[in-house]
Amino acid sequence: MSLRIGIDVGSTTVKVVVLDEQNQLLYRSYSRHFSQVREKTCELLRGAEQWLRGQTVRAMITGSAGLGMSTAAKVNFSQEVYATAEAVRVFLPGTDAVIELGGEDAKIIFFDGALEERMNGSCAGGTGAFIDQMATLMNVSVDEMDKLYDGYEKIYPIASRCGVFAKSDIQPILNQGGRKEDVAASVFQAVVDQTIAGLAQGRQIKGQVAFLGGPLHFLHGLRDRFQQTLGLDNQHAVFPADGDCFAAIGAALCATGYASEPYEEIYSRLEHSVADRGQRDTLPPLFASQAEYDAFLARHNANTPPVRPLETYTGEAYLGIDAGSTTTKLVLIDPEGGLLYTYYASNRGDPVQVLLDQLRYIYAATAGRVTIRGSAVTGYGEDLIRAAFRVDDGLVETMAHYRAAAHFQPDVDFIIDIGGQDMKCFKIRGGAVDSIMLNEACSSGCGSFIETFARALGYEIADFARLGLFAPHPVNLGSRCTVFMNSSVKQAQKDGATVEDISAGLAISIVKNAVYKVIRASSADDLGQHIVVQGGTFLNDAVLRSFELDLGRNVTRPTIAGVMGAYGAALHAMQLGLEHSALLGPEELEGFRHTARPTTCQGCTNHCSLTINTFDGGRRYISGNRCQKPLGGKSETLPNLSQWKYQRLRALAEQSLPADSAPRGRIGLPMGLNMYENLPFWHRFFTKLGFSVVLSGESSRALYREGQTTIPSDTVCYPAKLMHGHIMSLLDQGVDTIFYPCMPYNFNEHISDNNYNCPVVAYYPELLAANMPQLKQVRYLYPYFGLHRPKDFAKRAKAYFAEEFGIPEQETAAAVKAAYAAYEDYKQELRAMGEAIIGYAREHGRQILVLCGRPYHIDPEIGHGIDGLAGSYGFCVITEDAVAWHMDHQPRKVLNQWSYHARMYNAARYVCTQPDMQLVQLVSFGCGTDAITTDELRSILESGGKLYTQLKIDEISNLGAVRIRLRSLMAAIEERSRQQAKG
Amino acid sequence: MAELMYDKTGRLLFTKQMKEEYTLLMPQMLPIHFGMMQKCFELEGYHVDMLTSHHQGIIDTGLKYVHNDTCYPALLVIGQLIDAVEHGGYDKHKVALMITQTGGGCRASNYIHLLRKALIKAGLDYVPVVSLNLSGLEPNPGFQLSVKLALRMIRAVFYGDLMTWMGNQCKPYELHPGETDALTEQWKNRLIDEFDRSGGLGRKTFRRNLAAIAADYAAIEVSGEKKIPVGIVGEIYVKFSSLGNNGLEQFLIDEGAEPVVPGLADFVIFKVDNRSVDVDLYGGKLLKKWAMNLAEKYAHGLQMDLIEAVSRYPRFRVMEPFTHLKPLVKDYLGYGNKMGEGWLLTAEMLDLIELGVPNIVCTQPFGCLPNHVAGKGMIGKIKQEHPESNIVAVDYDPSATKINQENRIKLMLANAALHQKEQKEPAGV
Repeated sequence: MSLRIGIDVGSTTVKVVVLDEQNQLLYRSYSRHFSQVREKTCELLRGAEQWLRGQTVRAMITGSAGLGMSTAAKVNFSQEVYATAEAVRVFLPGTDAVIELGGEDAKIIFFDGALEERMNGSCAGGTGAFIDQMATLMNVSVDEMDKLYDGYEKIYPIASRCGVFAKSDIQPILNQGGRKEDVAASVFQAVVDQTIAGLAQGRQIKGQVAFLGGPLHFLHGLRDRFQQTLGLDNQHAVFPADGDCFAAIGAALCATGYASEPYEEIYSRLEHSVADRGQRDTLPPLFASQAEYDAFLARHNANTPPVRPLETYTGEAYLGIDAGSTTTKLVLIDPEGGLLYTYYASNRGDPVQVLLDQLRYIYAATAGRVTIRGSAVTGYGEDLIRAAFRVDDGLVETMAHYRAAAHFQPDVDFIIDIGGQDMKCFKIRGGAVDSIMLNEACSSGCGSFIETFARALGYEIADFARLGLFAPHPVNLGSRCTVFMNSSVKQAQKDGATVEDISAGLAISIVKNAVYKVIRASSADDLGQHIVVQGGTFLNDAVLRSFELDLGRNVTRPTIAGVMGAYGAALHAMQLGLEHSALLGPEELEGFRHTARPTTCQGCTNHCSLTINTFDGGRRYISGNRCQKPLGGKSETLPNLSQWKYQRLRALAEQSLPADSAPRGRIGLPMGLNMYENLPFWHRFFTKLGFSVVLSGESSRALYREGQTTIPSDTVCYPAKLMHGHIMSLLDQGVDTIFYPCMPYNFNEHISDNNYNCPVVAYYPELLAANMPQLKQVRYLYPYFGLHRPKDFAKRAKAYFAEEFGIPEQETAAAVKAAYAAYEDYKQELRAMGEAIIGYAREHGRQILVLCGRPYHIDPEIGHGIDGLAGSYGFCVITEDAVAWHMDHQPRKVLNQWSYHARMYNAARYVCTQPDMQLVQLVSFGCGTDAITTDELRSILESGGKLYTQLKIDEISNLGAVRIRLRSLMAAIEERSRQQAKG
Repeated sequence: MAELMYDKTGRLLFTKQMKEEYTLLMPQMLPIHFGMMQKCFELEGYHVDMLTSHHQGIIDTGLKYVHNDTCYPALLVIGQLIDAVEHGGYDKHKVALMITQTGGGCRASNYIHLLRKALIKAGLDYVPVVSLNLSGLEPNPGFQLSVKLALRMIRAVFYGDLMTWMGNQCKPYELHPGETDALTEQWKNRLIDEFDRSGGLGRKTFRRNLAAIAADYAAIEVSGEKKIPVGIVGEIYVKFSSLGNNGLEQFLIDEGAEPVVPGLADFVIFKVDNRSVDVDLYGGKLLKKWAMNLAEKYAHGLQMDLIEAVSRYPRFRVMEPFTHLKPLVKDYLGYGNKMGEGWLLTAEMLDLIELGVPNIVCTQPFGCLPNHVAGKGMIGKIKQEHPESNIVAVDYDPSATKINQENRIKLMLANAALHQKEQKEPAGV
């Protein structure tokens, strides 16, 4: 026997261990590698030389980033989960399950029963890297974050599917004054939920559970969340002392059977190994020469407003604030638009404090020489800042940016703004905002992503960006969400890409994301002739250059690209034409106080997590609400068809036969997916047959959690995932029969070429049967039925219910008849209600909003109360099925064979004929079939002179992005009607 | 030059004159099968090029012209076709594109529409698109799927399946590298020549050919070692196409495994079977059911011929017919599950396990809708019923990295190796 070396190269760290013949750990070392994999490995090995020098040893490499090095240095390789399992078998016998979190991978190993090893799918994103990102976002170190955990009081629901989603949830909480302690705990809980939902997939984590990997080793808060969530006491939760190095230990154990050789030879091969660079997927450099770069800079630096020194200026001024998601921007201008003062910095998780400091500074520096005549705020934190400092007005970001862009380039016809979390693009046609495109939740985080990435590699963002300018071979990182970019970078590192190449590659990929995913452009002409770029991310020359190269066209970047939102807000403040600004003055700032208190709203079943901000003088701001209820104010409630439909369907439960007078017993129907269309049908059907129909409870996060451990595919849409919870809810109500039919076909409404449902809606009942062991305890019926052929359905139903329940055929036949009639009644009632709402809107001069989606989008947990939000903005909301029937079948440019799609197309066509109607499409994340409908709806609406707005929805309950879209839509409608009024 | 003609709905037609002057471009999904199909078209007087391009430009073109949330195969196929028109050295005014069209409830049935949309975006709206389907959709005056052509293509599917099935059992073990591929190439040409000379459609000829093919593969000299067999199932394009699955078969061979790829014939029969099941479930014309049953019977006969040819050589694993696969899924899915690969996907996994191939890569495009249910949705239950099964689901996507995919496949392989070792030397404890 001889000494064994185990080397584990993860995405962010290297671990090296040395085991002796008796499996004693002689040496262990753990360090971040900042992409310098080979150098770091050699460094750690040198630390063990006192044992290794002159020895004959066996070595084994493991880890996701170790493969390249192992091939290049000809050292054996073993897969890391496999290696970990080996280490657990040897050092922790009797373990039933292992949870290991690494930099970007999450793994679960089950030992009891059949050995099973699982890794997170490519979508589930990072864990350690995710915590790092969140810490950066909170402006604390990871250790500080762990300490903060001890002071937590409440846990916010945070999307647990992947890092990008969670981030979109956390950022607004921070911006709106949530406590950092609570956010820290919520982040840890999100990691726990993600691990359980994404990996356990129905298999229960129980018995002796070992927790391994760096994050679990170092963060007691994370350990605590795991223990509490899984209900493990200290005897059953095992945290081994070397839990951060277990994969490396396993690798050393796996080396046992292999040939040994002198340590020095292995070391020298490692030291001289240079990974194979031939296969790398590279792009042309951004700049070929310094001269090219200089010309580029000169061109862009010409777009600059005059600057006047704040210290000597005397007179009037206007203040503009852009309270962005990660940064706060502030601009003070004189009446000519000249810059008196600008400020751009991270909001450090506390935008109120940042602005307080800035205002105090401005007041001190001007010492009474300057009178602020107006102030305006835009951005995510608009409402909070407005309340905190009594800012005169607020405006939506898109309008602020347009104001600013038009100041520099009056002919501007396209604006693209890439900020920390948002990407906004819009066209200007005839002086009005014409079409707005915002990034969807999945590609968000683009700007801040580059920043966190730079820090992870140990650079400041400005230095990191500079590195990319002259990189000879930028890596191609693709254009999907940032989680994919993480693993693309990992691949690039493996292939030996330099930091320079990665920096340039990231810049290019952000641009590709913008151009192909958000704008969906196929050529520069799709955008416009006079393109203005702005937002902090475009201050990065590498990003700007990539954009110009990709479009093949020069664009305008004002020197103040980073503060254009604030500049536009300042211009807006000037246009307000106020005599006096209400903004807090220097004296009032003296007594400024701000406290934030978290609470849960009990106003309705949404149970929004609210944050109550109180300021001195009784100013208050409540955030996190989705309706006006918690604000106490009485506002006019506008009619809302989504809500009507939802209540109408839920009310059916009260019309069910009482259980004791139902001769055929109780039958449960899960209230999700297709049931939102078919409930009137099935409810009448079963009631007529003498069943007491039981509906599953209303959707909520809690209901979702009930079933989340049995979800096998974490990339399926949220409405489908909720079905697991609905089944649990039915079981909780003690039903012993559940009916949920498979329906590949929908009703035939004669407006499409076929009448399919999507594959998920069609077959999800079968997935539930296979993945929910709980269903074995009851009679779960999920036959195939087609309601599109009433006569054939009657025939089949008669046979089916005779066999299952011994129901006489004529009884079933009567029930079928009644069911079709009930469905027809419901449809008519719905249309009449729709007409009534339209009538109301017209009478009261309201805009009508067609909230267009699939029937189940009216579920408040799925639609997140967007209908109510639209109502609070003054829209009367109706749904697609209330207007689609006005139009007939028309050939489309895409395959029109899904019933729900056909309704959306027809609704859009109808909206084009109605001047006071707008359409907003709700799209569930992961809905593959909506990749088809979105483009088609856009083209129908745009050719009819309407605006297209898409709202992507998922588990995320943050409505910030939705607000921007709706308000931008409103601003655009206003602008258009102003244009029309002008003639 | 051929004049551009449109039908009533405004669809650009492929005219008789185009048949003379134009080159039809077709994507490649399976090199053997599609290679033979291409030749079948040429025998009918079409000029056909099968695209074998394989570079980043394809993905970039796809991303540019196709909605990025559309499934990956659509992006690849359309990207490949447009890339070929733009950079393939063709006269852009003398090419037409050929693409298959099904009519299922999966979004994949939209390929032809998405392709046309993409062509318009790329300024290539003068390039005609020919739909290849068995339902008489979108007729073109210059393109006809004659009975002879259809029969030849069906033969090509079965010949292709046999060569793939046996070739995969030779290539990882061959003593003279390259011999298997050379044999496949040789047989491909020979079969086409035969189509050309005599029609080659008689059942007798078919059986004789199958026997001769089987004999030739059986004669390839192989080493005696036992490699880990790994089944490949999944969404049809990423399952078969090396462009779609990052060269999965070759990767498995390089890792010392033997790829086992269930054939295309089952999928074809599955699609026929669906139509008869539809009549059972929702009602419809019994004549349709009768016709479909007849077609299935015919295909079953051909499949049995194939099986007989392979089973003469005990060294080879023998495939099971469709009629065997169908009952396997009884407790898993209903036969109404027909979108995409539907229940066939689950059946293939179960069949592989039964054949002694419990190690399986289940491939799908990221976010593949039918596979949520029939793929990932069934793996847990399969694992319960067959604890020895060792299935890894791998997603493919324009930005999914090879390293992530390969790492997961390596884990599956490591477990397979462990299992094999345990079987050889049962653990003492």
